[in-house]
Amino acid sequence: MKRLFPILAVLTAIFLAYALHLALGKATPTDAQQGDVYRIIYYHVPSAWTAFLLFSINFVASITYLIRRKPKADMVALVSAEVGVVFCTIVLVTGPIWARPVWGIWWAPGDIRLTSTLVLWLIYLSYLVLRRFSTSAQTQMLAAALAVFGALDVPLVYFSIWFFRTQHPQPVIGGGGSMDPRMLHVLLINWLAFLCFAFLVCWSRYRLELLHREVEEAHAMKSLQSRAPAKTSLPLNRSPQ
Amino acid sequence: MSCWSVTLATLKKDIRLEWRSKDALNSMLFFSLLVVVIFAFAFDPLAEESRQIAGGLIWVAFLFAAVVALNQTWARELRNQVLDAYRVSPAPANALFLAKALGNFIFVSVLEALMAPLFVVFYNLHVLGPAWQLIPIAILGTWALVVNGTFFAAMSLRTRSREIMLPLLLFPISIPAVLGMVAGTTAVLTGDNPAHFYIVLLLTYDVVFTTACLALFETVLHAE
Amino acid sequence: MNALKFLFAAYIATWVIHAFYLGTLVRRFGRLHRQLQELGKEK
Repeated sequence: MKRLFPILAVLTAIFLAYALHLALGKATPTDAQQGDVYRIIYYHVPSAWTAFLLFSINFVASITYLIRRKPKADMVALVSAEVGVVFCTIVLVTGPIWARPVWGIWWAPGDIRLTSTLVLWLIYLSYLVLRRFSTSAQTQMLAAALAVFGALDVPLVYFSIWFFRTQHPQPVIGGGGSMDPRMLHVLLINWLAFLCFAFLVCWSRYRLELLHREVEEAHAMKSLQSRAPAKTSLPLNRSPQ
Repeated sequence: MSCWSVTLATLKKDIRLEWRSKDALNSMLFFSLLVVVIFAFAFDPLAEESRQIAGGLIWVAFLFAAVVALNQTWARELRNQVLDAYRVSPAPANALFLAKALGNFIFVSVLEALMAPLFVVFYNLHVLGPAWQLIPIAILGTWALVVNGTFFAAMSLRTRSREIMLPLLLFPISIPAVLGMVAGTTAVLTGDNPAHFYIVLLLTYDVVFTTACLALFETVLHAE
Repeated sequence: MNALKFLFAAYIATWVIHAFYLGTLVRRFGRLHRQLQELGKEK
């Protein structure tokens, strides 16, 4: 499995380069209203779809962990949350960069997609903060519970902003309406390329997490065997009660 | 021993303790007063738009005051290992959660009742829409903050930087509720739009998250 | 032309963010490998 990684990495790089060529090249027409700036869509939308997919995986993994307590489920949850946050950051950065030349504003508070994405980003950021700051032996359970809360919140966020918009009409960033089939084709190719890239990043992060747990175990074994306090970076001591 | 009798007993204990010391209530009151005054300096109360922004200001002030209250919710239980006693007792975990949430709800509601007149005075507010709608918005909105806040306060017990952890966890999840409270209050104050949807939104939020908290609280309580 | 700089800014920003994250992964890998080697030596 490990030997496959470099080959897959090279293939993914080639695929991404091809997708970029399609996005910027003559394969797709220039948008009538926005000009060439619309091509941000080929990075903005696939990043969004990838982020949402990763967060859905996090939700499923968290529920699995709450019910079955499988360590692998917890690791998948952590990996998908972290990589999801990275892709979500890209959505939130490219969104305003796109909005500025098209609408003249960086941010519209009522824009339902961008605002929902911001809240989603905040929720998963708080998930990662909880995992980092928790000193409990049951961090994974707490994090899984938080992930469930986050997932329950998402439709509520969407509908609350949707209704707010019907009362306070706002500009729509990112455009709506139908797409030229050539544009859709290139969009899907870019999404596929980013999915391959996301898969490789998740795989690397998963291996990093495996290594991290191996090191933790080695530290624990060492302190058990030597009966001297081992130097560890982990907060093993609980707060005094 | 029924769930409800345990809840009532714990709630009475908390209220009695709080009434005797008045620690949390006094600090919350003073903090809220300061917030109202600072907002009065930051946002000109005589401006035309004050009615538009008053809803947001009021709820932000209540949100910060609620966080101050929520942070000390479980602090009392940590002393003398009271929390460990709860965990090993046969009392249902949900009873403890409900008691804490109801206690916080009462404290924060008292706070809101005391702060609201201050806002009316500082911002010269008079309600243009149906004023009675402010009551369900206040009740449902406060419960939305308190139910999640009590749950996340229990979660943050096991973290470093406990006091900052609670708002970090609570604020993102509370965004739809905050939107509902603020937009609903503004709709009633300005009378421009109907507030019905926001009341329904808050009710849905409360039902969903009360259920989630009751379902998952036992897990959080038993996390060492 | 003015609008195109936003297009390139978006694409560059995307890869900068990915590169930054991958960089943190590489650094963490290196640190953990070193820790594992030290623990192996001390045995």
